[in-house]
Amino acid sequence: MHSESESGAPLISVSELRKVFPAPRGSKGDDVVAVDGVSFELHADECLAIVGESGSGKTTVARMIVGLESVTSGTVTVGEHDRSQPPKRLRDRRERAREVQYVFQDPYSSLNGRQRIGDVILGNLRLHAGGSRGGRELRGRAQEILDAVGLPQRFFDRLPKELSGGQRQRVAIARALAADPKVIVLDEAVAALDVSIQAQILNLLSDIKAQREISYLFISHDLAVVNQISDRMIVMENGQVVDGGATADLLANPTHPYTRALRAAVPGPGWKPVRRERLAS
Amino acid sequence: MSAPLLQIENLHASLVTRYRQLDLLNGVSLTLDRGEALGLVGESGSGKSLTTRAVMRMLAKGFQVDGEIRFDGESVLGMGRERLRRYRATDVGMIFQDPRAHVNPVHTVGDFLTEALVRDRGVPRAEAERRAVQLLDEVGVRHPERRLGQYPHELSGGLLQRVMIASVLLAEPRLILADEPTTALDVTAQSDVMAILDEQRRARGLALLFITHDLELANACCDRLAVMYAGEIVEQGAHVYDAPTHPYTKELMGARPSIDQRLDRLPVLEYNLELHQELKARS
Repeated sequence: MHSESESGAPLISVSELRKVFPAPRGSKGDDVVAVDGVSFELHADECLAIVGESGSGKTTVARMIVGLESVTSGTVTVGEHDRSQPPKRLRDRRERAREVQYVFQDPYSSLNGRQRIGDVILGNLRLHAGGSRGGRELRGRAQEILDAVGLPQRFFDRLPKELSGGQRQRVAIARALAADPKVIVLDEAVAALDVSIQAQILNLLSDIKAQREISYLFISHDLAVVNQISDRMIVMENGQVVDGGATADLLANPTHPYTRALRAAVPGPGWKPVRRERLAS
Repeated sequence: MSAPLLQIENLHASLVTRYRQLDLLNGVSLTLDRGEALGLVGESGSGKSLTTRAVMRMLAKGFQVDGEIRFDGESVLGMGRERLRRYRATDVGMIFQDPRAHVNPVHTVGDFLTEALVRDRGVPRAEAERRAVQLLDEVGVRHPERRLGQYPHELSGGLLQRVMIASVLLAEPRLILADEPTTALDVTAQSDVMAILDEQRRARGLALLFITHDLELANACCDRLAVMYAGEIVEQGAHVYDAPTHPYTKELMGARPSIDQRLDRLPVLEYNLELHQELKARS
């Protein structure tokens, strides 16, 4: 695995990123500014969390980084390459896929229902790591990756419908690993899972990070999960980054009112729900 | 001493197909007193939603239900068609996880809220609208008059869930079944919606059966908790959150990441069906 040229250079650098969705045709509404002047850096071997409520723009930022959404203005730099423009050619798209992979929230809709688990991984291996390797070697590599996410041999020929939600999310993570990316975007990747499964997947993500040099961009609204997995976090509200810092510090002593409101809304011992009118104060 | 408002006794539900029989509820027993809030907690597939569906008698045809469900002393399983309709319409109100899936997208909020009052109870339309506006105001919806003319797609999830609460309250039920009402919402909207539900429930003396996977949330909003695993209630009472005694409850609470402290590794649940059966056989 080739590592970053020099330590300290960010893997992903986002500067003054902005995304405006045009108002729906025929409506008298205004354009929607989903992301408004967002800047941050993701370093090598780091887990950065983006937290915020739904509609705060965190997913849109991630989608712009991987090129799933066009950038209205601002820049996205991945490694040394400017990635502000969507890929024009298939070759560019694949090159970008080797840099950043994406794991979606819903493992039921992000896997092709007719593709066997082994083929999901093989497909990505052929695209990104294939080349000179023979069929048997690729298959061996695919199984290695599946083993790494805790899916033994017998899963190789199964279909997604035969798998539970947690197992499917493991497949989605394995698929991302097959491209050997430097960064994986985890977009609410554990939000739909049961507590017991969530714990397993969070442990798995830590293990993967300990074993290989990889960074996570971890998008979540769940502060307890964010505390468990991330080193640093930024807080988004209405398309803007309003707060940021080391996760443990920020959660222990939130100073920004929005971060405090988010923190105060997390149930725990002695907690009582509060109506929003009184929440901000 | 009067009978509890809701009493579930040894409820079994199985799905029988040509090839096999799936026992999904294996002897669930619960009681809920007037004005009491009970949190039914468990992971997916444990049978929480199935239990509420059985209470509403909304289980699909293929289910074999056995046991007893009593509402205010009356057998729910023995209700005739007309009584069942009234039971669902006026005695029990239900709030679902995804409000958008339970409203008709081509009807306005006003139609949705007033329909039952106007059609079933003969309340004049203007009066029904007046009540709807008042309730929307109570559940914290701003500009309630304007909302009546809006369609569900114009409202956010948190706002729509408040409309659902208002619609349930309008029917003046004695029991509310809330099935993961805040799971699709953000933490802030969750806090908001739960506060409103709690406040309105207390003000009206309604009983609440609150279904959730979130032990902490259930603890904050309920008088008692019942923990479900594999179609059974493994533990229930007011002590569950502070001093759980059942191994499954303990492990479940330990597996949840904490906002105050970061663990090297999260403990993974070792409790499984085999252990569960063994434990049951021993007791």
